[in-house]
Amino acid sequence: MPLQAFLILAAVLFSIGLFGVMTRRNTIGILLGIELMLNAVNINLIAFARFRGDIVGMVFSVFTICITVAEAALGLAIVILLFRIRRTVMADQLDLLKG
Amino acid sequence: MTDVAAHGLIALLLPAFSFLVLALVAPLRRSGLPAAWFSILCAAGALVAAVIAWNHGTDMGRAPMTAERALWMWLPGTADSPFATVGVLVDGDSSRMLILVALVALLVQLYSVGYLSDEPRRGLGRYYAYQSLFAFSMMGLVLAPNFLQLFICWELVGLCSYLLIGFWYWKPEAAQAALKAFWVTKAGDVGLLIGIVLLWSHTGTFDFATIRTMAETSAIPMAGLSIATFGIYLGAMGKSAQFPLHIWLPDAMEGPTPVSALIHAATMVTAGVYLLHRTSWLFALTPDVLAIVAWIGAITALMAAVLACVQEDIKRVLAYSTVSQLGYMMTAIGAGFSAAGFFHLLTHGVFKALLFLGAGAVIHAVHSNDLARMGQLARRMPQTMIVFVIGTLSLAGIPLFGGFASKEEVLGAVWAGGFVGPFALLLVAAFLTAFYMFRVIFLAFFGATPELDSQAMAPPVTTEHGGGGHAATHNVTVADVLHVHDPPIVMAAPLWILALLSLAVGVYFTFEHPAAEFEAPAWLTPAAVLVAVAGITTAWLMYQRRAIDPERIAGALAPIRRAALARFWIDDVFAGAYDIAVLGFSRLVGWTDRYLVDGVLNVVSAETLETGDVLRKLQTGRAQDYVYGIAVGLIALIIWMGFLGRFN
Repeated sequence: MPLQAFLILAAVLFSIGLFGVMTRRNTIGILLGIELMLNAVNINLIAFARFRGDIVGMVFSVFTICITVAEAALGLAIVILLFRIRRTVMADQLDLLKG
Repeated sequence: MTDVAAHGLIALLLPAFSFLVLALVAPLRRSGLPAAWFSILCAAGALVAAVIAWNHGTDMGRAPMTAERALWMWLPGTADSPFATVGVLVDGDSSRMLILVALVALLVQLYSVGYLSDEPRRGLGRYYAYQSLFAFSMMGLVLAPNFLQLFICWELVGLCSYLLIGFWYWKPEAAQAALKAFWVTKAGDVGLLIGIVLLWSHTGTFDFATIRTMAETSAIPMAGLSIATFGIYLGAMGKSAQFPLHIWLPDAMEGPTPVSALIHAATMVTAGVYLLHRTSWLFALTPDVLAIVAWIGAITALMAAVLACVQEDIKRVLAYSTVSQLGYMMTAIGAGFSAAGFFHLLTHGVFKALLFLGAGAVIHAVHSNDLARMGQLARRMPQTMIVFVIGTLSLAGIPLFGGFASKEEVLGAVWAGGFVGPFALLLVAAFLTAFYMFRVIFLAFFGATPELDSQAMAPPVTTEHGGGGHAATHNVTVADVLHVHDPPIVMAAPLWILALLSLAVGVYFTFEHPAAEFEAPAWLTPAAVLVAVAGITTAWLMYQRRAIDPERIAGALAPIRRAALARFWIDDVFAGAYDIAVLGFSRLVGWTDRYLVDGVLNVVSAETLETGDVLRKLQTGRAQDYVYGIAVGLIALIIWMGFLGRFN
């Protein structure tokens, strides 16, 4: 398979993730969208590593996966705390930054 | 440093030391009388040093004095000539002037102990601190070896004048008079500064001796020199109260009388005359400016003499008389014989200080400046009367009295200089001088006894001491109520010293006529004396014998009288010019600031607020909207960069 196929897959995955982040009302859904976007990046990294024969991209993706896990854990913790305080996890009701 | 210069320096630094001590050692200043005596001691030391300097320089007055200098570098310039120096220059003129300043300063300080005895202690200390500062500044001016030091001291004496006129600063008139004096003289000082700088651009130096050498060898470029000398004359005009900048001097009488004697009669106001005499070699190069000096001097002399005739305030008569005499000196300088003007300055310093201090003694006793509230004082104040008459005869120019020789000298100089017009003006002024001074004498010391009326019983308005009459019945004179008597010894001693000095100078110079640079015509002396005697006789007929009714004369000369009472509208012209120029300009600037500058700012700020109000609605506070923005922005960026072909 050519490199373009991987890149198109990654772009589609990223767009789906971005669409989720922008449209989901539920905070957990937004977190899932972010995960998708990060994984799209991972696919990009792996694809380039493979096609260029360069190990660095793979090492990088391992790091990204680790950070993603940590981010997901932190994000979920924040969501739980948010729920305890505001009794909701709907993103459109969390408008403390309103000008 | 030579012996002479060293003594000059000592005379200069003693009052400075006194001022510094009084300014820095607050307990001494607040103690009042000790501060006064400390300052007097320093002034006495300065006088002794000044006399020694003159004595050593002239070999007891037998030899002409050579110029002795002591200079220190102040601002470095090129290697061989510093940009500015400070120091002392003791020569014939400056040493005599130094003695006059030190003498009058000492006597006035001594006199003030009695005159200001009612003053609170703090005020007295402040007064003597100012007095010491003034003595130092004036001596610095007199001894200045260059224009720069002269200008600094020139401003310092102006400051002291301001401080001492406004000594009773809680009186609104005094505060206003102080401001007026400061501003009017400052207007002239701008001219002086411009003149000095212009002169520097012509010659490249401030030093008197260097410029003099250049002037005498015609090394100064003549183009534009008139502007420089005229600028210097403007400074002298402000300081020496020449028309039309004389308006501050009569108002300056709001200060304590000893201050008027020292600053506004004997020393500071003569600084302008001194400056012109000091730089006469420079003015000789610009005869057109000298002609202006002569004409303005003569106009000043006559105008002030007319004004003095209608004043009801004894100090204002003397103030206008000072303006008039300064006009005399200036006219002599303008005629090209500055030595005559300087000679008149010295004698005038002695007898005018005497007259002011005498008037102070009267004011101190009567608690009023108003001539109408005096009368018959000769009976109760015989000593004061005698010294006052000596001073008046000196001022009128009667032989054997102080001002006789110098006044002849001035008139002779003006005639010899070919200024017939100013000469005629001065002769009329001489008549008026004798007239108004004897008017004061007859009104204050002789003449009718003023009876106490209800107005006189009220606390007097014009008083300097705020004391009023005690209980009294009718048909009692003011003098009786206030227990008028001669002043105490600390006040009487300076009066007698000045009176005897005035007499000694008069007698000496009546017989030993000073060597003049010009030939005065033989008819001059009899004419001048005749004019003075005519003035005295007129005053006697009008105010003592009442043979001529003053009211009828006043009626006959009504237009002049009205004009004189309005001070010839000169103050009004200045006030009008101020209204139109300064206030008009201020109003324009104020309008611009309020409506144009502020308007623009207000519109900008209002628009900003409104725009902000609209734009804040963009901030929804929802995180997803921001993600929208970022995503859209990112896409727009990508498209833009793609269009510009920057992707590769």
